[in-house]
Amino acid sequence: MDLALSLIVLLPLIGMLILFAFGRRIGEPGAGIVATVAVAGSFVIALVLALDLFSGEGSVETVRWFEWLPAFGVEAELRWDQLSTLMTLVVTGVGSLIHLYSIGYMHGDARFGRFFAYLNLFITSMLILVLANNFALLFVGWELVGLSSYLLISFWFERDTAAAAGKKAFVVNRVGDVGFIVALMLIFSVFGSLGFDTVFDGAHNGELTGAMATAIALLLLVGAAGKSAQLPLYVWLPDAMEGPTPVSALIHAATMVTAGVYMVARTGAIFEVAPIAAATVAIVGAATALFAATIAMSQRDIKRVLAYSTISQLGYMFMAVGAAAYVAGIFHLMTHAFFKALLFLGAGSVIHGMSDEQDMHKMGGLAKKMPVTFITMAIAWLAISGMPPLAGFWSKDEILGVVFERGGLWQVLWGVGLATALLTAFYMTRMMWLTFFGEPRWDEGIQPHESPKLMTIPLVVLAGLSVVGGLVNTPFKLTLEHFLEPVFEAVHLAHAPEGSVAWILAAVSVAAGIIGIGAAIFRYRDRVPAEDGTGWRLLNNGYYIDDMYAGVFARGGKLGAAWLAFRFDVRGIDGAVEGVGSLTRRVGGWLRPLQTGFVRSYGLAVVAGAVGLLVWFLSRGGL
Amino acid sequence: MTVTPGWYMALAAVLFVIGTGGILLRRNALVMFMSVELMLNAVNLTFVAAGRELNVLDGQVAVFFVMVVAAAEVVVGLAIIVAVFRRRQTASVDELSELRG
Amino acid sequence: MVETVLFVIFGLAALFGAITMVWARNPVYSAMGLMLTMFSIAVFYVSNSAHFVAAVQVIIYAGAVMTLFLFVIMLIGVDKAEDRSENLPIQRPLALALIALFGSAVVVAGRLAWTTGVHNPLDPVNGSVEAIGNELFRKWVLPFEVTALLLIVAAAGAIALAFFRDGDDAEVDA
Repeated sequence: MDLALSLIVLLPLIGMLILFAFGRRIGEPGAGIVATVAVAGSFVIALVLALDLFSGEGSVETVRWFEWLPAFGVEAELRWDQLSTLMTLVVTGVGSLIHLYSIGYMHGDARFGRFFAYLNLFITSMLILVLANNFALLFVGWELVGLSSYLLISFWFERDTAAAAGKKAFVVNRVGDVGFIVALMLIFSVFGSLGFDTVFDGAHNGELTGAMATAIALLLLVGAAGKSAQLPLYVWLPDAMEGPTPVSALIHAATMVTAGVYMVARTGAIFEVAPIAAATVAIVGAATALFAATIAMSQRDIKRVLAYSTISQLGYMFMAVGAAAYVAGIFHLMTHAFFKALLFLGAGSVIHGMSDEQDMHKMGGLAKKMPVTFITMAIAWLAISGMPPLAGFWSKDEILGVVFERGGLWQVLWGVGLATALLTAFYMTRMMWLTFFGEPRWDEGIQPHESPKLMTIPLVVLAGLSVVGGLVNTPFKLTLEHFLEPVFEAVHLAHAPEGSVAWILAAVSVAAGIIGIGAAIFRYRDRVPAEDGTGWRLLNNGYYIDDMYAGVFARGGKLGAAWLAFRFDVRGIDGAVEGVGSLTRRVGGWLRPLQTGFVRSYGLAVVAGAVGLLVWFLSRGGL
Repeated sequence: MTVTPGWYMALAAVLFVIGTGGILLRRNALVMFMSVELMLNAVNLTFVAAGRELNVLDGQVAVFFVMVVAAAEVVVGLAIIVAVFRRRQTASVDELSELRG
Repeated sequence: MVETVLFVIFGLAALFGAITMVWARNPVYSAMGLMLTMFSIAVFYVSNSAHFVAAVQVIIYAGAVMTLFLFVIMLIGVDKAEDRSENLPIQRPLALALIALFGSAVVVAGRLAWTTGVHNPLDPVNGSVEAIGNELFRKWVLPFEVTALLLIVAAAGAIALAFFRDGDDAEVDA
């Protein structure tokens, strides 16, 4: 058990080491096969180990690697419970499909082996993150994920935009990490330990109270918002589309961005005692969902549509975990991993077939040219739009139901979520229509073609999962909820409504989806509107938030740095340093005459000192 | 009238002060050196007197060590004086003031 | 009573020798004065029952060290009488003032009651060679060995200093 569990993490790590050392020599496609086998091996091991838990017989396991930071009550220890099992399966399962796909997608790239080394590094980091049994190890995984995402986003660093995007992702993530690490410090100051069991038991037993709980929870939210691209730290994700498309699928659909959701779910015991912070999480999530959905409506780049769509869907998950519907949040995380990875990979297939064209206004009519890509993406499209009985319907419906059921002001959030669902259906339909239907608007000389089998097989598998993935947790049979319940023993899970309310809510959200789809079809049915009005431009530029950040933070930072460098450093620091120097020289000049060079003068001084001491002792009446 | 150790100490103090005066007032390096020896002897005398007062031998042992160190000091010091004299043809310390600040 | 007489006689002799040493313009007289003082101090050692130390005082100090001094005086030149004019401006008044202050401080110190170490109730000290030897080679053997090292270093240093002649300037300065 111990060895097998360790192997889940170690296999991708070994793959990474092999590829870093010999990646160039192994070449293509050997490097890809090594990486894929490593991750698929992890998946198989995880699946075998998970069978016990699935059957309800297994118990929570921990694997202790070595004593690490005894002062923090921390050891390098893995935790194998229902939540980490599920996350591991999603990460390695979707991850290995993406690895497989990448073998086809990265065909001919000069740094083929290096790419797969990075992919394996990423999987390793993500597994450390989800399998950690304490906050310290979780933080290690958290930072490694940040590092490997930086490496992957700026993989094509010859392009300035890709290098800048990687840097941006890294810096914005650091902002969130500051919040996270301060939260960890506070947690340690309260509990004297960073171990999960100690902290969560303590929080459950009332050791964490009021303001401190809220502070910790809000700081955790800052960290989660950075990683999961929530307002106001979402800006890195759209730019991160500069990376290779499989990277987008891996990082921005299935794994990295879900780390924030996972973390909030994992720390549910803390949010449980900080209701204000939990509500803040939900509000941030709802706001992000709606905000990103509006931007997604107007993007022309197929990958940017999906990027904003991801932000929006992550907003849903935040809304769920903020409403204490952790199972619903994790459920949506899982289904979203399926259909969003499928959408990204499908988009990659389209881009591949269109000779790296990403502007949807220059696509159209691809359905016949790329049938497999079209059919699989259509399934994902309907899934994300919330059409029953596809995966997205069940998870989204459960989130909306839970939020509605909480009543009061939560129903405002439900309204926001519903509006987002409508917008989601709209922009996804717009994307599908512009890409696959209507007249071809291709640039001259482009010959669209279906992608090789290596790329379409993962699409088919993911399409299958997008269809059936939702069945693990339907209102008729709450398998996933029962499965995860042991993890959330300490918290009061919010539940979806039952009976007629459930039916009505489901009908309403399906109706919203149908309206969105219909509106989009109506609008893009037979021509492509100009899409360049003031409103469109505002949305297309993401409300100019990026420019605002650039103006306020980047320019402000530059001005501050300039002031520090040319004012404060020159006048203040240098002045102080030079002042000390010249002060020393001046004092030395004053004292110089004392050094007469005559030994007898020195002797006089010594005797004067001795006599002075003697007189002083005597004046005190003895020693 | 018996002689108490205090008497010896008083005498030693006077000798010590005279030695100090020699160092401060003379500029012949040899005489200054002798003054240092005089001061060391004065201190030795106090050691012996105090040892007698307290009935311990430690004072005499200390004198022994002071003498050894003084002997070493005299050897090196006189060698330095000779070396300086060879080069400068003078034994006056006031001539040796190159290290003036 | 004998001790009182000895103290008066040799105390005066010691003072006379000391003053002579400081006062004499000719270094040979200075050396003679110091020798007289050292002999007197040796007598005091005897009256304080420090026989071994007294012997060492006479042999090493009055004998060897003072002879060394005289050798050097001869080497450097006997005839070099020092004139008494002071070339450092405030050295002499300041020095005299300090010495006066020092002396008066000593007088004051003598009038105070001092806390001393524990008075050993055993027999009066016996400064015989045997007693000192026992003390030195049992309790103080390590410092004793270290002084041997010190003497070797001093001897080597003296030889090194005497070894370099004027022609070897470069070597010395380097």
